[in-house]
Amino acid sequence: MKKKSGIFSKIYLWVVLAFFYLPIFYVVFFSFNRSKSLTRFTGFSTKWYEAMFNNRSIMEAIWYTVLIAVIATIVSTFVGTITAIGLSKSKKIVKEIVTQVNNLPMLNPEIVTAIGFMLLFSSLRIKTGFTTMLLAHIAFCIPYVILSVMPRLRTLDPNIAEAAMDLGCTPLQAMFKVIIPQIKGGIVAGALAAFSMSFDDFVISLFTTGPGVSNISIYVYSNVKRVNPTINALSAVIVYVVTAVLIIVNVVPMIRERRKKKHETIEKTL
Amino acid sequence: MIIVPMLMIVLYAFTVQGNSVLTLTITFDNFARFFSDPIFPGVLWKSLKMALITTIICIAIGYPTAYIMARQKPKSQGLTVLLVTLPMWINMLVRTYAWKGILGRLGVPGEISVYVGMVYNFLPFMILQIYTALSKIDASLITAAHDLGADEKQTFLRVTLPLSLSGVVSGITLVFLPAVSSFFIPKLLGGGQYVLIGNLIEDYFVSTGDWNFGSAISLIMAVIILISMYITRKLDKDVKEK
Repeated sequence: MKKKSGIFSKIYLWVVLAFFYLPIFYVVFFSFNRSKSLTRFTGFSTKWYEAMFNNRSIMEAIWYTVLIAVIATIVSTFVGTITAIGLSKSKKIVKEIVTQVNNLPMLNPEIVTAIGFMLLFSSLRIKTGFTTMLLAHIAFCIPYVILSVMPRLRTLDPNIAEAAMDLGCTPLQAMFKVIIPQIKGGIVAGALAAFSMSFDDFVISLFTTGPGVSNISIYVYSNVKRVNPTINALSAVIVYVVTAVLIIVNVVPMIRERRKKKHETIEKTL
Repeated sequence: MIIVPMLMIVLYAFTVQGNSVLTLTITFDNFARFFSDPIFPGVLWKSLKMALITTIICIAIGYPTAYIMARQKPKSQGLTVLLVTLPMWINMLVRTYAWKGILGRLGVPGEISVYVGMVYNFLPFMILQIYTALSKIDASLITAAHDLGADEKQTFLRVTLPLSLSGVVSGITLVFLPAVSSFFIPKLLGGGQYVLIGNLIEDYFVSTGDWNFGSAISLIMAVIILISMYITRKLDKDVKEK
């Protein structure tokens, strides 16, 4: 599938990409607007950023978003990995059933999963708030972890744990020194998926949270009815952070590789 | 944690309001209410139509995009994939909110705004799925087709297109399903006038507090989605058998 592309297809591609980036640039641009307007740019100002950092509910929303994402990632990665390892050792029927059930929340519309959690919490008489939102996040992140760890386990030699134990490892040592390092890639991918799912989640959070606790998505949702330039600043800050993280994640390995290559050529010439 | 919430919805959907676990009354009233009032099936129909049109637009824009991407040099392919995925990392609500300003400035009416928002949010999924399918196609197959005398158009229609259909099918599931139940895109961009099935469910849970009827609506929606999933999967299988 390699071929030179014509001018027309290049333009087409750029138009589609422009469509993707238009709203992002728009919101960053207007976050520096002096007036409240979202349509007319009257002058450069950073006052909405100040307003944002002084706004207690925005800061709280950011704090809750990060805190929940971090805890949910740690717990779901731990539980998901152990479940996946357990599943790889269980009978075929159990494996099949659990995998099917595991796929359910991904096929189900989010809103259905969300009200399911809401009904569950209310019938157990658990007061909604931070805890319920966190529990729901952990629960919906686990399937993604299992899904990314499972393929790694399938390629793992089943005798490897036994070999380790024959050589004098305790089962726990076998797990942490042999199995976990082998499936590290899957665990990391699962943790990343869990983090981004939790960080961006809106629907499930909206239905499982209680009064006074909101994450970034809920804050944006409940404050856009009025013109609110601090949301532009908040959106812009999210854009900056995400872009910075993605650049670091994508560029650092590239630089490292280049350095390694340089090193190798130096070694060769020596 | 996965099955119990689902069972709770079923339980609520078949019961009347205000009963405790001890005094359950099984009823079909919630479903009867849905279908007897022309408004509710109307909203359901509107949501399905909207999701279908969104999916078609996504294929129409996404397929050529993915096709062009797959024909780029390998180095620029990686960069384009990164450029397509990057916006997806930014909060969906934030991106939808940004559209509100642009579309409001241009004076775009509510319904078209909702379509723009839907296509914007779901198009990357479609592009990436089709791109993955296209880039898996063995280049020697294309060369073989050319060697056997097929021109560009024939090669595309008889070789490339059939081989990439599995990507289109998985793209459909990733676009159609969330589009049916989406509720913040119509709410943010539709100017409060635009009610889809997801908004209906939200209203019954958040504002009205009639959880039983809300559950019945979401159950109906879930069943319809499961059926459409089944149909798409079957289509996928038929495609593969060909």
